[in-house]
Amino acid sequence: MEFNILTLCYLVASVTFILGLKMLSNPASARKGNLVAAFGMTLAISGTIFLYRNSETGEHLHNYGWIFGGLLIGGIIGTLAAKKVKMTAMPEMVSLFNGMGGACAALISLVEFNHLSKEFAINNSHEFVAAHQPTILIIVLGLIIGSVSFSGSMIAWGKLNGKVKDLSFAGQNILNMIFLLIALGAGIWLVIDPTQGYLLYLILTLSLLYGVLFVMPIGGADMPVVISLLNSFTGVAAAFGGFLYDNKVMLTGGILVGAAGTLLTILMCKAMNRSLVNVLVGSFGGSKNAIGGTAAGPQGNYKEISVSDAAMVMAYANKVIIVPGYGLAVAQAQHVCHELEKILNEKGVEVVYAIHPVAGRMPGHMNVLLAEADVAYEKLEEMEQANEEFKTTDVVLILGANDVVNPAAKTDPASPIYGMPILEVEQAKTVIVNKRSMKPGYAGIENDLFFQPKTSMLFGDAKKVLQDLCAEVKAV
Amino acid sequence: MENILTFISANQQIIYIVILMIFVGIEVIGRVPSVLHTPLMSGANAIHGVVIIGAIIVMGKAETDNYLALGLGFLAVILGTLNVVGGFVVTDRMLEMFKKKK
Repeated sequence: MEFNILTLCYLVASVTFILGLKMLSNPASARKGNLVAAFGMTLAISGTIFLYRNSETGEHLHNYGWIFGGLLIGGIIGTLAAKKVKMTAMPEMVSLFNGMGGACAALISLVEFNHLSKEFAINNSHEFVAAHQPTILIIVLGLIIGSVSFSGSMIAWGKLNGKVKDLSFAGQNILNMIFLLIALGAGIWLVIDPTQGYLLYLILTLSLLYGVLFVMPIGGADMPVVISLLNSFTGVAAAFGGFLYDNKVMLTGGILVGAAGTLLTILMCKAMNRSLVNVLVGSFGGSKNAIGGTAAGPQGNYKEISVSDAAMVMAYANKVIIVPGYGLAVAQAQHVCHELEKILNEKGVEVVYAIHPVAGRMPGHMNVLLAEADVAYEKLEEMEQANEEFKTTDVVLILGANDVVNPAAKTDPASPIYGMPILEVEQAKTVIVNKRSMKPGYAGIENDLFFQPKTSMLFGDAKKVLQDLCAEVKAV
Repeated sequence: MENILTFISANQQIIYIVILMIFVGIEVIGRVPSVLHTPLMSGANAIHGVVIIGAIIVMGKAETDNYLALGLGFLAVILGTLNVVGGFVVTDRMLEMFKKKK
């Protein structure tokens, strides 16, 4: 009876996962979808704790103290971290949580192997070992994928918060491949001869190294794609846990996320008009040095504009389009930005925002950020819509965006971002660019836009500049 | 060859689930607008936290004198819970903002 109720719990949980994902992909139902999935998860977890019975011995679970202790500690830290994190740091938070899931899967494999090898020590007859070979295979695969996901996510997290710098060296891809192949080889060997327990630690080490080296050379601008990919890896790792325990809810949840995550990764790449292979092999990372060499100094002349002049130009414009980018996010300038929008509105200036699909560090990053500052939904325009409006716009104010407004994506076939759809800001009458310096953006390439006659540069931290702009516009 | 065929028929239920779930996963998010990519990724991230169930089982089956299994299992439960709880809370926080401006 109890076991049947558990099966029912798992069934309901699986359905809530599917429903939750479905609802998450529609703006109107997204929040409810998240709650639906959370409800299913709670059901599956409490069902497991109280109703699970060991399939061999029929025993209930024990060590409740440890289990509840772990749930409590994890729950408190998780809630606090998720509540406290700044909106701008959301992407790295997702990466961090994803890494935790990967580590969890890897630890399960370690403990299960430890458990099995104890049994092998008692009974190492050929039949007994052979019967457990499929289990060993699942343990090994779960360990590899979980570890890669963990160490990769940690590096992605470090990169997004600026603790880890890009690193690539000649032959890195080959070395990486070798690590992975040795790990897989050791895995196969371990399946054939499960008594060679030390191999498991070799696999663990190599997988962790592989995850580090896999993410290291990929440029920060591509981190969202990498996180999405690692997210689907963790899904697959969770599914291996489902194989291991013949647990249907882990299986459905894991595979669901594995498949949806992979599709999401591909959709993200499409938004940048690049292929997944291109992102992973790191054409950005690779070509960065070459291009950085040829265009080390600024080519041509750019002109600077003072805050008061910029304020004047904007206050007397009919229509201003703001293009936010990562600079806005790092400076935490979303609230001041909304302030400027309101002040301009009072002066009779029409203000909208043009949101590039991959502006910031994650798709939708800018939407979340501006929504936090109470910017009205209708004021956020998607790329196609904005591109039609630039022609009739007096002033475009670019706040820390770079690659998404780089005309080279349209005009220069040699550029690494050639073919990426961009915001065609150069069609507006005046372009004001706020950046901290003339340094190239994340893709590491020069932006011709900055040297065009209609463009003026307004250097400084986005928040500081916007505050000054607000004061100046008010005074006009 | 023989082995593979036996394996497939012995595990056909699981194989069916895997195949069907791959299609469901792809279909279900096929029309997501790019604005929702981040919250969706975050929500999916929370869902794969279902791996916590494996951690609970490992923990609950560990012999009380096997400190390696207890220690690692305990760590796994903490990390898995972080993934689940943190994932859902972060997603909710993101989506809360989408709702406000209606």
